[in-house]
Amino acid sequence: MTKVLAVLEEREGWLTEVAGEVMAVAAGLAEDLGGSADALLPRGEAWRDGGEGVERSGVRRLTVLVHEALASYRPEVFTAVVESAVREGGYGAVLLAATSQGKDLAARLAARLDVPLAQEIVDLAVSGGEIELVRPVYAGKALARIHLDSSPLIATIRPHAFSLEPGKSAPEIEVVEADLDPSGWATEVLAFEASDPEVPDVAEAAVVVSGGRGLKGPENWDLLEGLRAALGGDAGLGASRAVVDAGWRPHAEQVGQTGQTVAPRLYFAIGISGAVQHLAGMRTAGKIVAINRDADAPIFKIADYGIVGDLFEVVPALTREIEALRARG
Amino acid sequence: MPSWREDVRKVNIIVCVKRVPDTGTRIRIARGGSAIDPEGLRHVMNPYDEFALEAGLRTREAVGEGEVTAVSLGDAQSEETLRAALALGADRAILIEGTVTHDGLATAKVLASVIEEDRAELILLGKKAVDDDQEQVGPMLATLLGWSCASAVSQFELEGGHGSVRCARAVEGGTQYVRLPLPSVLTITKGAFEPRFASMKGIMAAKRKPLERRPAKAVASRLRLRSLELPPERSGGEFIGEGAGAVPELVRILRDEEGLI
Repeated sequence: MTKVLAVLEEREGWLTEVAGEVMAVAAGLAEDLGGSADALLPRGEAWRDGGEGVERSGVRRLTVLVHEALASYRPEVFTAVVESAVREGGYGAVLLAATSQGKDLAARLAARLDVPLAQEIVDLAVSGGEIELVRPVYAGKALARIHLDSSPLIATIRPHAFSLEPGKSAPEIEVVEADLDPSGWATEVLAFEASDPEVPDVAEAAVVVSGGRGLKGPENWDLLEGLRAALGGDAGLGASRAVVDAGWRPHAEQVGQTGQTVAPRLYFAIGISGAVQHLAGMRTAGKIVAINRDADAPIFKIADYGIVGDLFEVVPALTREIEALRARG
Repeated sequence: MPSWREDVRKVNIIVCVKRVPDTGTRIRIARGGSAIDPEGLRHVMNPYDEFALEAGLRTREAVGEGEVTAVSLGDAQSEETLRAALALGADRAILIEGTVTHDGLATAKVLASVIEEDRAELILLGKKAVDDDQEQVGPMLATLLGWSCASAVSQFELEGGHGSVRCARAVEGGTQYVRLPLPSVLTITKGAFEPRFASMKGIMAAKRKPLERRPAKAVASRLRLRSLELPPERSGGEFIGEGAGAVPELVRILRDEEGLI
């Protein structure tokens, strides 16, 4: 019987949305393997509430490990607590979120446990007792089907990539005060400078409003920001490499091979012609809407819905229409 | 521009670079379905490694003394990538002759075995390589060596008095600032280190700089690549219409048919 561990992550004291996905994938994998799934949440202060994401997670037990040193990501501390949980719990598989924290932690954990690691998986299947993992390579220009010859299996899960059924059961929650030895913690966390907390990161946003050179200048981004705000709290902003290279937008927003590879439910490509390296970064989005002046732009070849026209007219009209929709409820 | 504490006098830096297909090229799958078709494929230095190399060069220039060593694991063709690093200003290069796989831990073990022989205070790598996108070798290498490590570093500063490095990490939701004791492994992302271009003088000088070849320690990959395939084609577009007049229909589809807004 294989036990699966989901390692969860918080942002500003709340479970991330992808934490729910990690639990659901872990629960599904455990079911396929005839085993059970647990979850581990390292956190800096006592547990208050997990919300719906926890109640319907499908995992058997959620262990909340509390210590003040776990309030922000210190890699050595997090690696140590997860490593001991994996060893003591005898887990056969460990799943984390493919966030900057999850990927860093997974790499250190894999080296500590001396097992290979698959980052950013988008699918997984069990057949004949073997687990096949699917992960994009070349920024999504190709998909690799792989197998890890190791135990435990360690993988990180790309946000929004799995289509999930809502979990069935609520876990038993266990809160444990961690007993940690601070020697050997190399990393000193000095500060955290939050970007706009209202706007989710492009890699995690459920809806992405992305702009390219067609916007003509950084001063026109209030158009996209207006659309993003109208779409609601789980919408983020993206950008093409051209506009990031031009200094119009921060690299954190860049979608494509040298930026973020994203898989939101809905992606708006606005004034983006669709260079190969950009398409690679967003082609796994659920639905793609393209707005471009040039009907021959490559973006229309992969878009589900396209409007040919002047974005300076189309985008404000779209924003107004969505705002009106929201106002009507 | 990065700033450096004046009491740092010398620093040896190893920069790991990888030869990857150019991000602008189309990927085709070779017959057999387990590798990409090398026909007509252009290769470049991994773009994130260019940031790492730039960071190494600027650090060495600011400190004044020390060496920047470019290291690459790969076949003979990776010599091109190392010559490019030398042309940009690296002092010497080491080609570790061996096979690169998607198993980052195997790569980290090979790099660790070579790097242990060379004294360095800093090892810099790109945040990830844009071919296998595994994003793991840096933290694994640090774990194997027992060094401190920060990933996704957009800016850093050596603090000689403390024997430490202060890093800005680009993470979800903002920037995390950390201090690490040296020696340290940093993986670099786009940020402060916009790469320079090679000068003609640099390219000429690169031909005379030392490039050493070492055999890779035999480490088997435990990541089995079963197959490689192209992603499913998206069934291409439906034009809703032209201009702002098409907006109500788009919104209707997104709301009523797709349930997305």
